[in-house]
Amino acid sequence: MDNAPRLIVDLVIVLVLIFGIALFRRRRSARAGNLMAAVALACALAVALSRDPLVEPFFAVAALLLGAAAAYPLAMRVRMIHIPSMVAFQNGAGGLAACLVSLVELWRGTGVLAPAGAAGGILALALGAATFSGSMVAVGKLAGAFRQTPVRLPWHGVLLAAAFLATLLTGALAGLMAPAPAGLFLVVLGLALCVGLVLSVRVGGADMPVLISLLNAGTGLAAAFTGMVVGNSFLIACGAMVGASGTILTLAMCRAMNRSIPGVLTGGGVPSGPIPSGGTVEEETPAAPPEQAPTEPFDAAVAALRGADTVIIVPGYGMALAQAQSEVVRLADRLESLGKEVCFAIHPVAGRMPGHMNVLLAEAEADYEKLLQMEAVNPRFKDADVALVVGACDVVNPAAIDVEGTPISGMPILMAREAGRVVVCNLDEKPGYSGVENPLYESPKALPLWGDAKETVARLLQALD
Amino acid sequence: MTELLLLVSVFAGSFLVGYLLILKVPPLLHTPLMSMTNAVSGVTVLGALLLFAVSTAPPERALGVLAILLATFNVVGGFAITDRMLKLFKEGRPPVLRPPGEAPAGEDGEQPAGG
Repeated sequence: MDNAPRLIVDLVIVLVLIFGIALFRRRRSARAGNLMAAVALACALAVALSRDPLVEPFFAVAALLLGAAAAYPLAMRVRMIHIPSMVAFQNGAGGLAACLVSLVELWRGTGVLAPAGAAGGILALALGAATFSGSMVAVGKLAGAFRQTPVRLPWHGVLLAAAFLATLLTGALAGLMAPAPAGLFLVVLGLALCVGLVLSVRVGGADMPVLISLLNAGTGLAAAFTGMVVGNSFLIACGAMVGASGTILTLAMCRAMNRSIPGVLTGGGVPSGPIPSGGTVEEETPAAPPEQAPTEPFDAAVAALRGADTVIIVPGYGMALAQAQSEVVRLADRLESLGKEVCFAIHPVAGRMPGHMNVLLAEAEADYEKLLQMEAVNPRFKDADVALVVGACDVVNPAAIDVEGTPISGMPILMAREAGRVVVCNLDEKPGYSGVENPLYESPKALPLWGDAKETVARLLQALD
Repeated sequence: MTELLLLVSVFAGSFLVGYLLILKVPPLLHTPLMSMTNAVSGVTVLGALLLFAVSTAPPERALGVLAILLATFNVVGGFAITDRMLKLFKEGRPPVLRPPGEAPAGEDGEQPAGG
């Protein structure tokens, strides 16, 4: 059969997808970009079905409809704080799908697949299985089904390396054996599941953005390798682009924490030894406030806010845990209506996935033009009268700059300490995820208002009435 | 051999193009970006449908149905959430800068439903 017309159609669909991704460079066009990507996928689906009509359409179509019917209502309901776990769940679903398709293809094609197809199939099988188990652990952690703190198994590093090597070896064996026994593929699958599991239990809390980005890249690559086994270049193109996106985001997250990928995955640098107390306590847990915050710093904070011309709000994940987003946005509105210049300072790793804080504030109806990313906002702190920290600790911790040898040393931070006064609405003075004490709280500039952030901000709002 | 070469170049080319384009995406949109690319990775649904282009044995059929189900969940959910998320990014609200003394008229917007 002639391949040229097919290739042209494939190329056009890929170009539509590329154009959709390109539209993500601007917020205004991003929605159209999302739609274009969806259209590209729908076209690819139609083309695939027209080329290879279904022999037994009933089951396939029923599954298609059922999957869509399950996903849509869930997607319409999920709240922004749960987006990371939702994305992780979808990631896991995609990974498992890639794994299953490759498994069936490998079973069917034993001995007749071209070497490229067999290699791709085994890679997709392993990568899909590992992203599936890794994603399910991430979902469990993010949804609070089990503790978010990293779990360190005995001999964790050795275990991970062993599982990884075993997967690699059995995978290579399955690829080299001309007709590989069907069971061998299941062994590869099982071992890969272990790799994903061991890998992700070791990651917790504030490191989640790295894990999620990595899993995102993994699912993309698994889809690309699935394309090799089924011989569909559209799958390869899509998967490769997702892989590229996940890679970029993983690197961006690592850079924003001054950590390396192996460092995050093996727990290198997270609390272990000379770091003063705190352990691996989760940032801010929205428990009952211990007691009323002392009134003096509160009055001082109100006075500082009243007297300020410019206020920079620094939100952290603690704000989301206390569900204080809408109070914070209303406080920003109130301050603006009093004639003050207000903006939000967003750290790249604030939240549980890349850019998470932006969508949390957007959901609370903050004006997106006021959401300033770290590089843009940092030069502004020295001219700001008040920095209002809400549920953030590590991302404003000056120890990252001043102290050597802590887990956060060298991590770029938001320069809240350069503002005239620093009002801190955190649950307590405990250190953040890194376990490093925050000297900012002791600074004479600081006005700490300990207690539930939602209540504290509501009281500030009332006082400014 | 040409087949392999084609597949590898499609992979490399797409990775490169994707990399260059996505580097330009502002951090503001990183969450929707990941959600969208996540949906795109559900493209394995095509591979899963191809399994049904020949007649299937029952175990294959079961695995294939599961794969279609999962991949469709990934695609539909991913695009729907991304769209919802991008709709949230609002701009151009009425300017709030007023002379300091003036009382803000009818503030106190609607209370968002708790929880």
